[in-house]
Amino acid sequence: MKEAGMSLIVKRITKITVSLIFLYGVYIVLHGHITPGGGFAGGVIIALSFIHLVLAFGKEAALKRLNETAVSAIESLGGLLFWGIALLGLLGGVFFLNILPKGRIFHLFSSGTIVLCNIAIFLKVGAGLFAIFIALAAMRMPAEKKEGKK
Amino acid sequence: MIELHIVLVLMIIGAVVATEINDLLSSVIALGAVGFGLTLEFLLLRAPDLAITQLVVEILSVIILIRATIGTKICCDPIKTRAAYFVFAALFTGAFLAFSYRALAQLPAFGSPIMKMGAQYIQEAAAKTGAANIVSSVILDFRAYDTLGEATILFTSVIGVLAVLRLAGRNK
Repeated sequence: MKEAGMSLIVKRITKITVSLIFLYGVYIVLHGHITPGGGFAGGVIIALSFIHLVLAFGKEAALKRLNETAVSAIESLGGLLFWGIALLGLLGGVFFLNILPKGRIFHLFSSGTIVLCNIAIFLKVGAGLFAIFIALAAMRMPAEKKEGKK
Repeated sequence: MIELHIVLVLMIIGAVVATEINDLLSSVIALGAVGFGLTLEFLLLRAPDLAITQLVVEILSVIILIRATIGTKICCDPIKTRAAYFVFAALFTGAFLAFSYRALAQLPAFGSPIMKMGAQYIQEAAAKTGAANIVSSVILDFRAYDTLGEATILFTSVIGVLAVLRLAGRNK
């Protein structure tokens, strides 16, 4: 019985790097209104950190941390949050109006709803792309087993 | 601007290799080279936002494509080419170039925008939104409605992939 995933070296290095990749994604998202980047790029980086886990440790180990139901829930939550921010603008009279206080430029807590939009898009993109990858990887597993039996 | 053209020529070579080569994995890698060339182009044109997004999406798509193609026995039969194909291809390409030469001469020069909206955004974005990153302030504040549409497209595509590839309910 072969162990799931790749060799010991890959697993060891993955344990070190995966949290750094995750942290970098969070940085890109939270600083999206100050430095280049934003919700989309940060979401893809976070999805990549989970894909890194799937490739190194196999599908089961990664899904133990974040299962498919949770991924669907997080993606829907991101979409609803973005809609909520859009409807929040209606309080000021216009769809998508930036009604929160703007704060001082170049500071982390600035630019009103843009930070919240970044977080919503990050949840949506990260969970959505990871769901697509799980679907593609899960599709392949039974097919490989069948080929092996033949 | 010479470096832009060098990268562009490399990208075209990569695209031709990707379509012409017989091995599927080599084709995917050539496609990845085209994408990373595009990242370099965005960096040379000083668009770091686009460069970051293009880079991470390219890595993701190359991983997914390699995961999908590696170990598969799928191979494309080499297409039989005839002389008539080349004649028709040359005719259509020639006609396209002849018309596009006249059309492209009418466009404004590279890097000189014709729309006045951009200048307005650059002047007022920092004061109106409080965001130092003007790209962010445009896509999430001034043009947030477009971003909502993009988010809907992504949501729909995820639903489509999950519905097509689902394991539950599949006949064994």
